[in-house]
Order: sequence, then C-alpha cells, then structure tokens
Amino acid sequence: MAYWKDYYTPTTVEEAVAILARYEGKACMIGGGTDLLLEIQQGHRPKMDALVDPTRIEGLQEIVEEDGFLVIGAGVTHTTIVNDERVRSRGTCLVESCGVIGGPQVRNVATLAGNIAHALPAGDGTIGTLALGGEIQVAGPDGIHWFPMEETFIGPGKSTVDAKQMMIARIRFRPTGDQEGSAFRRVMRPQGIALPMIGMAARVQLQGDVIESCRIAIGPASKVPFLAVETMKFLAGQPPTSDTFAKAAEVALEEVQLRTSPHRASAEYREEMIRVQLPKTVAKAVERAQSGQAVPEGVGA
Amino acid sequence: MSLLKLTVNGKPVEVDVPESRYLAEVLRYDLGLTGTKIGCNESECGICSVIVNGRPVNSCIYPAFKAQGADVTTIEGLDKEGQLHPVQQAFLDHGAVQCGFCTPGLIMTAKALLDDKKAAGERVSEADVKVALKDTYCRCTGYQSVINAILQASGEDVKPYIPETKTPHRTVGRALANPDSLAKITGRAMYTDDFCFPGMLVGRTKRAGLAHARIRSIDTSAAEALPGVVAVLTHKDVPGRKNHGLVSVDWPALCYDKVRYAGDAVAVVAAESEDVAAEALELIQVDYEPLPVVNDALQAAQPDAPIVHEERPDGNLLKHIKVRKGSIDQGFADADVIVEKTYRTPMTEQMFLEPECSIGVPKGYNPESFGGRVDPKAERGIHFQHDKTTIYCGTQIPYLDRDQTAAALGVANEDIRIVAALMGGGFGGKEDIAAQIHVALLAERTGRPVKMLYTRAESLLFHPKRHATVIRIKTGAKRDGRLTAVEAELYGDGGAYASLSEKVMTRATTHASGPYEVPHVVVDCYAMYTNNTPCGAFRGFGVTQSCYAVESNMDLVAEELGMDPIEFRRVNALDVGGTTCTGQVMRESVGLKECIDWLEKDMRAHHEENGTPFQWSWADGTKRYAWGIGIGYKNTGLGGGAPDKASAIVEAWVEDGKAIAEVRTSSAEMGQGLPAVLAACASEELGLPYEQVRVLLGDTDHCPDGGPTTASRQTYVSGNAARLAAKQLRLILATAAANKLGHSAGELEFADGHIVCNGSRASIADAIQWAQESGQSTKIEHEYWAPKTQPLGTGGDMHVAFGFGAQAALVEIDSETAEIKVKKIIGANDVGRAINPLTLEGQIEGGIIMCLGNTLTEHFVTDQGAPWTDVMARYKMPSIKHTPKIISRIVEHETADGPFGAKGIGELSSIPTTPAITNAIYNAVGVRVYSVPVDQDSLLMAMKAGEKECLMGWGDFEPVPSVPDRILVSAEG
Repeated sequence: MAYWKDYYTPTTVEEAVAILARYEGKACMIGGGTDLLLEIQQGHRPKMDALVDPTRIEGLQEIVEEDGFLVIGAGVTHTTIVNDERVRSRGTCLVESCGVIGGPQVRNVATLAGNIAHALPAGDGTIGTLALGGEIQVAGPDGIHWFPMEETFIGPGKSTVDAKQMMIARIRFRPTGDQEGSAFRRVMRPQGIALPMIGMAARVQLQGDVIESCRIAIGPASKVPFLAVETMKFLAGQPPTSDTFAKAAEVALEEVQLRTSPHRASAEYREEMIRVQLPKTVAKAVERAQSGQAVPEGVGA
Repeated sequence: MSLLKLTVNGKPVEVDVPESRYLAEVLRYDLGLTGTKIGCNESECGICSVIVNGRPVNSCIYPAFKAQGADVTTIEGLDKEGQLHPVQQAFLDHGAVQCGFCTPGLIMTAKALLDDKKAAGERVSEADVKVALKDTYCRCTGYQSVINAILQASGEDVKPYIPETKTPHRTVGRALANPDSLAKITGRAMYTDDFCFPGMLVGRTKRAGLAHARIRSIDTSAAEALPGVVAVLTHKDVPGRKNHGLVSVDWPALCYDKVRYAGDAVAVVAAESEDVAAEALELIQVDYEPLPVVNDALQAAQPDAPIVHEERPDGNLLKHIKVRKGSIDQGFADADVIVEKTYRTPMTEQMFLEPECSIGVPKGYNPESFGGRVDPKAERGIHFQHDKTTIYCGTQIPYLDRDQTAAALGVANEDIRIVAALMGGGFGGKEDIAAQIHVALLAERTGRPVKMLYTRAESLLFHPKRHATVIRIKTGAKRDGRLTAVEAELYGDGGAYASLSEKVMTRATTHASGPYEVPHVVVDCYAMYTNNTPCGAFRGFGVTQSCYAVESNMDLVAEELGMDPIEFRRVNALDVGGTTCTGQVMRESVGLKECIDWLEKDMRAHHEENGTPFQWSWADGTKRYAWGIGIGYKNTGLGGGAPDKASAIVEAWVEDGKAIAEVRTSSAEMGQGLPAVLAACASEELGLPYEQVRVLLGDTDHCPDGGPTTASRQTYVSGNAARLAAKQLRLILATAAANKLGHSAGELEFADGHIVCNGSRASIADAIQWAQESGQSTKIEHEYWAPKTQPLGTGGDMHVAFGFGAQAALVEIDSETAEIKVKKIIGANDVGRAINPLTLEGQIEGGIIMCLGNTLTEHFVTDQGAPWTDVMARYKMPSIKHTPKIISRIVEHETADGPFGAKGIGELSSIPTTPAITNAIYNAVGVRVYSVPVDQDSLLMAMKAGEKECLMGWGDFEPVPSVPDRILVSAEG
C-alpha cells in the first residue's frame, strides 16, 4: 500500500525546510517513522504526499559538544544516544529513558527528535530530555531558533513545532557536572500498548549537604510532558534525605493532574507510583551526584 | 518510480520502484527474497528483521528509500556454499525452529548481536540475548531453546535441553530435527504469501465494522466502475451453499440478511493492485439498520437479550452441555469443607505470526497466457497443475476447507483442490474458513489467480478466538482431604457463529472437576451466541479456562483443610482404576501421580541448590516469592463418539541408488512437529534412516485425509496411519527380499537401510526394486480408526486416552508495584511415549509460555462488539524477557493403542500454567486473582487495602460477578 508518494533525504536543513514549504502542508518530517508511519497506516493521521527524512543531513547524525552543551542532531537514533559515553555519564537519565523504548530494531531507527516532536505526555526520551533542561532548535519558515522544550508542548501529541512546516534540527542540554546527577524510572504493565503507566526523571545539583537545585519531569501527569515546578522548588535547599524525598513525592502529588487511562493505568495506581518511585528516582540522581559515578540502569529492559 | 540501489547479501542490486515502498516489500516482492517474513506491518513483532548497515531493523516499517545505498543482509545471505551460519546450525541443533515463520527474524537479530559482541570482544550472556531479542517474537518455542541456541552459536558450551526419556528405539525416542527445519532456517521455506502466480490479482474483503445490523442494501456499482477493479462479489455471487461452518452451518461466506460481528464479510474485491482494492472497498455502499448488541455470554442469556440468530429455536443458547455423576446433594452432605467461587477468563487471541493468506487459482489456469511461468522453487514436492479450482493456503483442516469451498461453489468436493502451504502457526485459529471460499469465487469469476493476504488488523478482527468464560465452581471435601463433590456452572461466549463452540465448551465441561476422583459431579455449561468475534479452537480447547477455576478452588479447599496443596492433590489424583466425571474408567496410562511427585522433588531440589529448606513463600526486601501449583489433563483425539480416523500413504522408491520413503497425509503442520513424528514412525517400521523419509502434507489431490489437526490427535491418529502403512510396506519388501535371500519373510530384520538375516544382507533399495519387478506396488495407503468412543452422557470411554500434567510456578512480586515475574516453571507431563524428545520439548515449552501469556499478558478486549484490540500493539504476547527457567520432566505411561505408546501433547502443557501462577501469587501476597490476565493495578490496590480478592483482570470493565446471584440460569437435573 502507498501511504506517501515521494521520499526525500535532503542533505541540508535549508533544503528540508524548502521541501516542506513546497508541498504546502502535504509533506511532513519523518524520524525513524516507528510512530508516524503507524499513525498514517492506521488512519490516525492523513496520508502524505511526501516524507522528509533528516537522517542524511550533514552534521545532524552525531552528538557533539558545543558551547558547554551536548548537542544531539535530528538524525541521531536512540541506539546512538544509549551507546554514547558522554551521555551515559553526563546525561544518564536520557540514556535510561531512551534505552527502554521498543527493542533494538526500533531504537536503531527511532530518533530523539522524532520522540520530542511527537509530544506525547509520557514519551520516555521526552521526559528524560525535559528533566535535563533540554532545548530544541527549530528550523522553519521563520528561520532557526532555540527554545526551551517545555515551551513547545501545547497538548497531548501537539507541539508548536508543526512537522509540516518545521523540523527539530537539534536538541541540546548542559551535561551534568560536579556534584550533579540524573536518573529515570518508569513502571510498565505487560499488557496493552507499550506506553509507561508512569515515568519520571530527575536532575539534581548538590551543593555540599543540600540540594541546590533540581529538575523533575513526570509523564503522563498532565496534558503535556510535565515539569514538576513546585516539587523542584520544594527540593531546592533541602538536605538529600529519604524524608525529603518522601515529602517531595507528596508535593508532586499536589501539582500533577493524574487521570485514569483505560487499559493502561488508574489514577490511583499512578498516584501510588509517584509515592513509591519519585523518592527512588531523586535518590538515585543524588547518589550519582555524590559519587560522581553514573552507570545507566535498565537499558533494554 | 525511482531507482533504488542497494547491496543485498553482498550483491549490488538496482530496482525501479515507487518511493512509497517499504524495505520488506522490495525484498519480498521486487527481489523475490521471500525469506524475510511480515508478521504485523506495525513494527511490533520483529520477525521482518533484516540487517541494514550492520544493525537490525524492522523492514516492514522501514521506508525502502531510507536504505538508499545501504548494505542489507537477509536470511538468504547467511549460509555460504551449503555451510550454515553458526546461528542457523544452533537453531537446528536446539530445535529452536517450529513453525519457522519468525525464525528468520530471530536468526537475523541474533546474528547482529553476535557480530556486535564479537567486534567488542565480549562474551554473550543470557541477559544480552534477552535485550537483543526483546521485541522479536516467537509464538511456538517459548524461547528457552532460542536462548540456548544463540548462546551456543556465540561459542558458549550450551547443550540442547532434552529431558530424559525411555531408551529409544532405532528412530522413535531420538531427538531429531524436524525434516522441514533446514528450509525454515535458510529462508527457503514457502508460506502462502511467498507464492506468486503470473497474472495474479489482489483480493480484499469488505468487513461489516458493525457488531449487529440488518443489511438493507449493498451497492457495489461505484466500486465496479473503478479502473483496475476486476470483480466485486456479494452474497448474490455465491452459487452454492450460502453458509459454512465446521459443526453448525451458520456462518455466511458473504452476509445476506444481517451482520453479526464487526469482522463479518459483506463483499469481496479483486483488483490489479492493493491500492485500487483498498479504494474499491471504500466505494462499496452498505445500508445498515443497526441492531442492539449482545455484549457477553451472561447478557446473551437474559430473557430480554437481543437475538443473534432469529431462526434458532433456543434464542442465544448455542448449546447446553451437562455432566452428571453420582448424587450432588449427597456429595455436599458428605463434605466437611465447601468452597464456592466465580472465576472469569477473557477472550484471547492465537496470534500466530503468519496472518491468514489464501490464493485461489482458477480451473485451467495457464501461466503462459499471462506471459509467465510458475516459479518451481517451492519445496516439498508441490505439483503445480491447475486442472481444477485450486486453493493454496495455510490450514489445519485441508479436507474440510475443500468440502466447504465446494459447497459454496456448488460443485463436487473432488472439483476443488487444497494445497496446504507451510503454516506460520495456527494454535486452533486456522481451523475455520478464512478466505478460501472468497479466493475460489474470485478466481473463477476473473479467470485469474487471486491472493488474499489479511493485514494483522484484519486477522485480529476476523478469526475465531478462545472463549471468554465465567465459571462458578463449588468444591466439597472431607476432613481427610478426599473430594466429595464438584458442582460447576460455565458460561462461554461463543461469539457470532458456532465455529467449534460446542466442542470446545464440551471439553471445558467434561474437564471441570479436574483429573481427580470425584464421586459426585454436576456441571452445566451454556455456550452462548453474542455479537463478538466468533470463538473456536485455541490450544487447550476450553480446558485452559476450566482448569484455572478447578485448580484455584483446589488450593482454597486445601487451605481450609489445612492440608499441603501437593498432598491434597495426590490424595485425589486419578489413577488406573479411577473414574472420570463422565464415567470413563481409566484402565491404563495414568501417569499423574508420578507428575505430582516430580513437582515436589524439583521444588525441593531448587531450595537444596540454594541451601535453604523448602518453603512455599518467602520475602526478600520489597520482593515477595512463592511457589504455586496446577494440575491438568487433556483428552487425546475427538472422542465423544465422533468417528476418529486418519489415512496416510507411505510410498517407497529408489532415487540415486538410495531408498526413499514418503509419508503423505492431509494433516497439518503448524509448528508442532508432525513431520518429525510421521517420519519417525515410518522410519522405525521400515528400518530406513530418518533422513531418507520425506513427508508431504495437506495436498488434497495427493494426500489422503488425516482429519482435522485439533484435539492433540495427529500423533495418535496420523502417527498410527503412517506407522501401519509403513508396516504393510515392510511386509511387501520382506516378501520380495525373502525370495531373493532364501529366508522366510519373518526372519528378516530391517535396520539402517538394510535387510539382514543370518549373514545375508541386502539394501532396502534392492528390496524396493525386487518388489516393483515382481509387480508389487510399493505405495501403501492405510486408514487408521481410533478405538470407538462414547458420547457424553452415556458413560464408558469418552476418549481414547488422556495426557496428564502438573506444573509448579515460582513467582516474584514487587510489593510496591505489584509487578510480577515468573522465575521458574517446573512442568511434568505424562505423554505416553516421547516419539521425538526434541520436538516434544518444543511443544511443552511453547505451551507453557503461551499459557503464561494467558495468565499475565493476553486479553482480546472488546466492548459492545467493537474490538479495542485492533492492532498487534494492543495485544501483548509473552516476549523472550518473560521466559522463566523451565524444568521439564517427561513421564511415559504408554497407552496401548497409541503409536509406540504415545498420547497427544499439543495442548497439555498450555493448561495448568495459569492456576500454578495465580496460586503462587496468592501464596506470595495473600490476594487471590479471580479474573485473568492479572492486573497489577487492581492487584496492588487489593494488596494496599488488605483485601484477599482481586476481582478485576486487565481489560475488564467490571468486577467478576459475585456468587451466585449474577449467574442467570440455575443448574437443572
């Protein structure tokens, strides 16, 4: 069956954006296609006249260090991220979140840019990137601009990055440094769709015996990938103790909007998982910050 | 069209194809590399995996032009000059090949892992294998053999896991690869979609989409006018019988008055391309009057329920099945302890990895008139003549496909030929008619071959599933542990058409007091019509459902009695001399107590290895551990008075100086290993090496009828037919050789391809020639009749034999999340006699994992007749990461009439796993699960609340009905 007509593999960002413009809404960006093509096949999205694949754009196939950031190109697959020593040690929660998506065959083609563009509230890689303070570089009719990623989410599966006009060219975050660590955890069920019942990531900066600052992302906990701002505020300045972590979970429960998703998870279960898993996630990030050692866990699980 | 350049298996290729192609399509249909299989087309099952620039990818969802310039390796690129790749060899050695459909994907994914690890200079661990193959599914093996094979291929010293069995005969009892395994591991094996005939059209089916509606009119004019559409057919174009059905003829080939489930077929289209066919379906206008929907079996039994089949006298009641033994009142009066509970099981899906495919070829078809010829590369000696309407398909019942198609076409049975292609799994789901009638109608209308390949979504929507059941069961026992009474009431959701409901629910009913000596039994089962997908055969055939209820209650009673669950079962286990609930006296072959003994021994051994005393449950941090057990049994053969027979031909000839024997029967191989059994039976009788015996299955013009491949019957009936035909052939050869060698025929010994007697020696090849020279035919057909059985309700032998099995499950539950892991399964099975321990073990492990799925992962969710489970991504079957360590024990209490003592094994291991796991969950966390698959969400909530019952399974919309007021029809006398 034909679900699109033309398949483009441009070699520059400008060319990709120009192709999108030429098709006037009848073309869209494709990452690995492991979500997008299924949605088209299953009738959840319209068929396209053209697909624009960024995986041959020069410079976007790799992870580079630039201006104090780790910069991940649009063509970088989950496998590349999971295997990258820099991300493993200094963006650990991203490796842990990208490492649980699908099996190797999916991770070998699916891109982080595609995951973020999909804007699912519980997208694993999205949650990991959000906790790290990720920014995305969007190229489109208005040129190329960087945005904090949380500013681009507008609803479940909806983002200001319109894949029919724009592309996410790069993703970047400041790697964790001295006294800093990150961690990701999620809870799955063995039935139904392969989306987490709930997933969460934390990035923690210690200053001696206290948590100086912290970023926490949770999904699904809102209509968009959720940054737990109140919990982050609460944790800043607290000692990294189990009591603090338990209280943080209670703060998080005040600010999240949990709902029951049929055949996936009840709001009550999600609430309980935040109570159980959030302290563990923060504790793991703290442990990594204290030890300066980070070995990603659960990759491929 | 655009030029795509690739390097495939080391060779540069260029093809001019549309840019909308997926890589799998280019490989299969443009390059003819059909070894790469498509299981789901949704990047879910992983069996289409090929290696692109060193990394495995799902080729079904990989845009071909994304691979422009890439290096692609497929299964066809692995063996070099007849030398198998180590992974291929290991799969062969370990019996990690069953239906073979997923095999190329498993092998390619494994190869990529091994290449990676080799490049990194690292060893491969079991954990590595589980990560690499996490999303590459197999529905047959249960993965243990796959893991072992990959470890062996990586250089680890891992031997095939073959349980101990009796001393083998010459061939019978030996672990030998299935004869068709080599073709499957190299990608040469031909499944239906791998066939391509010149001039072939694409067929598609217009499905109802509505669960219940009256058809006011069907307008096909717009579809017919679409360029590229060659034919559009509706019920008016069915010249013969409008309905089909294996037991009741109630299923319309194309609906005429009503549609009764969302998957009902209303029209079929043949077109020049897939895109045109899809567009044509959209153009078919059906005017429906929607009708109220019957949602489940309990609703169907309500007096005011909408009626699914108005013409039936009993409303929605498809069948009321009864078992009566002794006096139930007396039984409960004798009881010191009585437990009564209600359990629920969901509709589940076979999820064979090969979606249904049928090709119809019209009578008199000549490929040359379409400028081509038929590619002769197909294996297994298929004859490509088309002097009659011919249907190529994967099927469990070739002869009934033939007869049902003939009836629809209004022609004689002999005017139709079915050619069974290899089948990528069946598990019961390929017994009913799929597209066989449709492609035959379309082929004859258009004069061209027509292929109908169902998408995964269509396969899920269309085919019969395992019955959802609600089972109330009341069990009584005396203080000393002896069972006094079982009363059970079962409701089975048969869906829209009868399919095999009556048979399946009969099995659920007759097995509903368990393999125990129970003096007083009353069981009533109500199979109901609803507007759900029809339910029919699925490995376990109803017994999987009732065993869950029986064995859960057994543990509850044991607890009430304060008795050890093993001891409680041992006290009540059937033995020789015992009587089943249908009144069958067991005269032989009851190895149940030995199976139970094995469980106890192996559970204790587990703890001894760890240096701890045996305990049923324990805790470690947040983890809770416990053992649970389940006991089951399963009939071999149709039973119940049904004539049960199979025919086989064994023909011998000389080829390149070697004696060759071929067994032919229209029985089905769907991955269960029948060719290995048939070849072993013939080899044993003829004294011919196993490798010199070939097997041809399922061509109705060349193979006699083996009957349906169901009811764990083929080893018994077709095995006997092959064995007895071979025995007669041997007599002919012995007579011919006796004359030449100057001995009497009775003195001759046949072994290793030779005939010997007192120093004289001749080859079997010589004997074949001598026989043929003397005018004797060396082709023998034997029709084997299984011993007569008695209908239910008349007492006596309802079945020719039973297999018995016992399983213990060790589970780990996270007390904070209620996540469940099964760590170990011990399975002991009385199989009568192991004909081939390697393929037998594959059946056992695969059955266990399938039933683990029944317990923990699988539910075909549907609501008001609208399936929520509409894609594979919404139906998780167990993956390699679910595979526990499996310890398998073979008990061999031979049955007199089985071939070499063998009983059926295909379903037995897929029965007691569910209660073993749910009993273990109860032992671990104190919550009993009354509805499967276990929902960790509800389980956690029950644990937190300190409740002892979990009444919601995953996918359920409401709790299990309470006892007994929600049960609608009370048991009658």
